[in-house]
Amino acid sequence: MSPSSSSIHARGLVKRFESFTAVDGIDVDVRAGEAFGFLGPNGAGKSSTMRMIGCVSPPSEGVLEILGMDPRRDGPAIRARLGVCPQLDNLDAELTVRENLTTYARFFGIPRKVARARADELLEFVQLTERAGSLVDPLSGGMKRRLTIARALVNEPDIVLLDEPTTGLDPQARHLVWERLFRLKQQGVTLVLTTHYMDEAEQLCDRLVVMDGGRIVAEGSPRSLIEQFSTREVVELRFATDDQGSYADKLAGLADRIEVLPDRILLYVADGDEALAEVGRRSLEPASALVRRSSLEDVFLHLTGRTLVD
Amino acid sequence: MAYVLEYHLVHYRRTWRASVLSTFVLPLLTLVGFGVGVGGYVDGGIDGVPYLEWVVPGLIASTAVQTAIGESTWPVLSYFEWLKVYFAQAAAPLRTSAILGGHLAFMMFRVLLSVVAFALVAAIFGALASPWAVAVLPIGVLTGFAVAAPVTAYSASVSTDSYLAILMRFAVLPMSLFSGVFFPVETLHPVLRAVAYALPLWHGVDLSRSATLGLNPGWQGLGQLLYLLLWCAAGWFLALRRFRRRLVV
Amino acid sequence: MPRLASFEGAGRRSASVTERNVAALGSAYWLVMLSGLLEPVLYLFSIGIGVGKLIGDITLPGGEVVAYAAFVAPAMLASSAMSGALAETTFNFFGKMKFMRLYDGMLATPIRPIEIALGELTWAMIRGAIYSAAFLVIMVLMDLTTPLRALAAFPATVLTGFAFGAVGMATATLIRTWQEFDLIGSAQFALFLFSGTFVPAAAYPEAVRWLVELSPLYRAVDLVRAVTTGTVGVVQVLDVLYLLALTALGLTVAGRRMSSMLCK
Repeated sequence: MSPSSSSIHARGLVKRFESFTAVDGIDVDVRAGEAFGFLGPNGAGKSSTMRMIGCVSPPSEGVLEILGMDPRRDGPAIRARLGVCPQLDNLDAELTVRENLTTYARFFGIPRKVARARADELLEFVQLTERAGSLVDPLSGGMKRRLTIARALVNEPDIVLLDEPTTGLDPQARHLVWERLFRLKQQGVTLVLTTHYMDEAEQLCDRLVVMDGGRIVAEGSPRSLIEQFSTREVVELRFATDDQGSYADKLAGLADRIEVLPDRILLYVADGDEALAEVGRRSLEPASALVRRSSLEDVFLHLTGRTLVD
Repeated sequence: MAYVLEYHLVHYRRTWRASVLSTFVLPLLTLVGFGVGVGGYVDGGIDGVPYLEWVVPGLIASTAVQTAIGESTWPVLSYFEWLKVYFAQAAAPLRTSAILGGHLAFMMFRVLLSVVAFALVAAIFGALASPWAVAVLPIGVLTGFAVAAPVTAYSASVSTDSYLAILMRFAVLPMSLFSGVFFPVETLHPVLRAVAYALPLWHGVDLSRSATLGLNPGWQGLGQLLYLLLWCAAGWFLALRRFRRRLVV
Repeated sequence: MPRLASFEGAGRRSASVTERNVAALGSAYWLVMLSGLLEPVLYLFSIGIGVGKLIGDITLPGGEVVAYAAFVAPAMLASSAMSGALAETTFNFFGKMKFMRLYDGMLATPIRPIEIALGELTWAMIRGAIYSAAFLVIMVLMDLTTPLRALAAFPATVLTGFAFGAVGMATATLIRTWQEFDLIGSAQFALFLFSGTFVPAAAYPEAVRWLVELSPLYRAVDLVRAVTTGTVGVVQVLDVLYLLALTALGLTVAGRRMSSMLCK
């Protein structure tokens, strides 16, 4: 892909903090209008990458172009066209919900009248119109996150950066956020998000990269990654013992691949029901058994040998 | 109550270094700046007493009040609103009066420290004329309690620290400046003088002054003592009521 | 559709930071601001008038004799310009940066660190200028200076505010914990006591006197006092240059430190 046709173009991008290398030479191309994900556990280098893209953290090495511009030179011009939703909400506690939007719009030089109209539109969009006059503090976590998302949209950005948009939210609040983000995607906004939730990546991302230890270990669409690095189905078995591993031998030959976790054993197979029946035939009696479709979680486990959320 | 005091003392053991400066250095600066500096321009002193000797007892009582107020404002608000220390203590088998009493006891410990520090500095400067000056220690603690208790009640009633800033600016600072610390209240307008008499600081200043100058406070002194006790008692009951309302639900 | 977000103009961007502070003014905050004006007035009445009765008149370095209140008043004015600027730029600035993470949000917009510094400083100056103007009116009403001299003293107080505001902001970027504010408070108190505020610098022993003469608050007091008592001379040019240099130094350090702290 040529640099000019991509929203974000990175080659050999490195971020170093003194002796520690957070991002260790990654290549990324994000196309306009797509939803692109950085997937990985805590400390994989996702947030550092996002801060570099957000032009608040200068790259240590490598090429980085955002909307065809160089962050080192054109920081303010690029930021004028970005919307940023940070991992921790940094809303202004001294302002009301609506003022948070209008004041933020002024930082972009948007005229007051336009700012007010846009604030009302966005409050409608994130379903906070009723709370417009309230201070930020009494809002729930989900409401705060939605307000932060609205704030990121106040300048009608070309690219919206979302750093772990639903971390710390309850399931209902997560679904509401996903639904709003999905609508944004339909409107043609480029979404770049980090997450360590597999379901989030599968729901929202057209394409993603899996990061581990500052490097990209795999790249593709959620579906293609699952096909490439996992089987169609997974059987999860829990045995009533402190040592799940003692059952691993007895399961030998039953699956393409077996993963022993501290609390359960995973069997990677094409046909889950068939495998489960075989477990029964070997008269092993797991305390619980579950057949499910393979997910990105399994891809990650396969690629790094570790689970994502400890 | 002893357990609560212990909690505050343990906590203080980790943070006392930060307060050394304000406990020792600030008195020294005030003494030099006002007592010696400004005093040098006051010819003949006040009522035959050199200005330095006259101003020192006032500064001691004022320090007691400053420390008491410092400890009964932000810490109390934060223990209710931010750190929730009181709620944690209330969850333990402690009576509300013990939670309040323990914290006030700690405040008085801090007041005593600051009064001792100031008195030591003053003694080095030869600004204490009489052995009766030792009496400034209990007088300082009494005056400290007389302001700490009602201020604790106030801090327990407000929700943001803007109200504490208002208290400092509109009540504490005027009281410190017009309670006979720097110049005799007799030269004040009668209305302002009446206000000074009504507030606790002037009584603490006057009693301390009698002590360091070795004067007999007489019946007026007894009256002042009782008046300060009245502030202590009223403040205690107000604070206890506020604490009960917030901690016992 | 035309793009509404323009990104030129550092001045415009700084102004939007100031604007945010105006929007954040709550009802209680107005009272706090009002009380900020009260403080120097109370000192003026207590020390200037109350202690002034014990002292009488005082002789200025040039030999002019003025009432003690007229001597103390300009010093209170300069110190309140200092403490107002420091309160806004140290305590509040640190809180916004570390505690509220306000600037992280701002930096995601076209605003640059130095523009935040300028915007915050402008805000501190607006606040300080209101205090100073009100205090000067009180001085005129109390016959401690003339209206013309008060008018001339106003820019001097604004310069004082700028110098201390810039230094305060630089200090705030160097601070790590809230405890260190005790240190700043103590340093501020020492400046307040010993900057020729209550007694002339000549009252101190020779060695201390030089220290006093070098202190930034002393230079500010010297400048404001010379203007309000009508005794301006060559020394005041030095005062102005000193305060200008301090402003430039403070702003440079603050802008650099903020870039390296917030844009890691």
